[in-house]
Amino acid sequence: MTALAPRITSRRRRTFLRRRRAIGFWLTLPALLFVGAFFFAPLVQMAWMSLNDWPLVGVIRFVGAENYVALVQDERFLGALLVSVVFVLLATPLTVLLGLGLALLVRANRRGVSAFRSIFFVPLVIGFAPASYIWLWLLNPDVGIVNKMLRDLGLAQGSIQWLAEPGTAALSVVTLFVWKTVGFSMLLLMGGLQGIPQEIREAASVDGAGRFRTFFSVTLPMMRRTVGLVFVFSTVGSFLIFEPFFILTRGGPGSATTGVVQWLFSTAFFAFDLGYGAAASFVILAVLVAFTGLQLRVMREESD
Amino acid sequence: MAALVAAPGVLVRSPRRPRPSSIAWWVTCLVLAALFLFPLVMVALTAFKTPQEAVASPPTYLPTEVSFGNFENLWNAGAGLGVYLANSVGVALLTVLFTTVLSTLAGYGLARASFRHSGAVFVLLLAPMMVPIQAMLTPLYVTLLNLNLTDSLLGLACIYTMSQIPFGTFVMRNAFLGVPQELEEAAWVDGAGILGGALRISLPLAVPGLATVALFAFFTAWNEFLAALIMLTSDSRYTVPLLLQNLVTGQFGSIDWGMLQVGVLLTSIPCVVIFLILQRYYVEGLLAGSVKS
Repeated sequence: MTALAPRITSRRRRTFLRRRRAIGFWLTLPALLFVGAFFFAPLVQMAWMSLNDWPLVGVIRFVGAENYVALVQDERFLGALLVSVVFVLLATPLTVLLGLGLALLVRANRRGVSAFRSIFFVPLVIGFAPASYIWLWLLNPDVGIVNKMLRDLGLAQGSIQWLAEPGTAALSVVTLFVWKTVGFSMLLLMGGLQGIPQEIREAASVDGAGRFRTFFSVTLPMMRRTVGLVFVFSTVGSFLIFEPFFILTRGGPGSATTGVVQWLFSTAFFAFDLGYGAAASFVILAVLVAFTGLQLRVMREESD
Repeated sequence: MAALVAAPGVLVRSPRRPRPSSIAWWVTCLVLAALFLFPLVMVALTAFKTPQEAVASPPTYLPTEVSFGNFENLWNAGAGLGVYLANSVGVALLTVLFTTVLSTLAGYGLARASFRHSGAVFVLLLAPMMVPIQAMLTPLYVTLLNLNLTDSLLGLACIYTMSQIPFGTFVMRNAFLGVPQELEEAAWVDGAGILGGALRISLPLAVPGLATVALFAFFTAWNEFLAALIMLTSDSRYTVPLLLQNLVTGQFGSIDWGMLQVGVLLTSIPCVVIFLILQRYYVEGLLAGSVKS
């Protein structure tokens, strides 16, 4: 590089930089217009819709905060919110813990380890829809392989209707969620583990700390930030889960497994109550922001 | 940061220590690997059963005879598998094209030519990341309605592109920041135009970033289900995930499990193969995407 430098005088260099700065704006403009048209304009419209009674066809009528007032009294909506929160509480800790276990397992480089990393990661690249159809088939009482295996092993008689009851249905979706996303937690946590200098762990063991002691008193506190990140990603992912419940239980029995996204989907696109759906979207966003904000806060406070 | 970027296979080898627990490690990993692969292997096995055996109750573990009957049935399902595959490929390619072009231009503009308020522009381009697409489907539907783009693969591709621009711009800006400025200046002095230098010098060096952006755009468009379910209404425009939905809701008769397995297999295999080939870019992208927030 330095060999080329003497050819560029400072005046020419300034011309070059000025011209390049001038085109910079024009290069950014297409993306900006696109985001304006497909993100900011819809977002503003969503805010406006949420203040109106907005059927898909028919007269649009300004109603002020009425949609929001109705929402916080809507038992179906609050029920859906509860379903989503319960699912987050079931799925997130499990995903983080198992991800940590896998990360510890495949952290060090050794023979065969990269193949295992890839295998644990593969479900992540498959869509939630096909993954849900796999579960639908595996758990089917008639043709599913899971019941057949349980019968052959003598662990169950007859067939278990996994998806017909809220408890086992939620359990089924938790296994699906963990199977599909734990590789991501593993990857991030592996990075966190590898970011801790070997010397620190060695120093701890010289000081007489055992492996568990070292892990809980040295390793884990040092990767607080990564663990916090994994918690946030897992929370957002599980809160907004749609395909597994939609495909496996259709939200049923009744509305026992209808989460917020599915509620939103049926309100806006079956009942065609767009204004009400828009208001709900903002409530959902607020819950998400509160959730992730709280988690980051807790993580930060623990670090002090 | 440096440690986070260490993807599988690019790690610094840690000093060898004696491992008495080596056998336990292998057993644990093999058992877990079997559990992780079990659903996929069973799907692949069932796909090759005869259509009758695939719906047998109780099911069999292994196909008693290898058959392509389910593939044939799915090939002729609805508008024909070819149509759905073409739709999926079309949406994915449009998304990849739009995302890479817009992100590359914006990434370069932001990295090199920092103009007034470029910081604010960057923040605006990252903004869609803060609002999950699931929460925005109502106004997006109305937007497409106004643009006459409902039930259109182009409209769907626009939505996916919007969701990918923050990540794309972020990655491309970083990629261009990693290319030394002096190289472009030298090219300019040698008579290349401003964009000529960018195109011939910087762009080739930013290809790894471009690959990551393209990969994520493809995966998103290929796998997405909810937006497609809402925006597409006619069967002949359905993408493959929606075909699966049709197979199960029995739009073509009762549930044909054999066809469903083939459908799942055809949806998943491109993703798995592409992931295995381009693993490095995928993992780097995931880490870049998560570290930024």
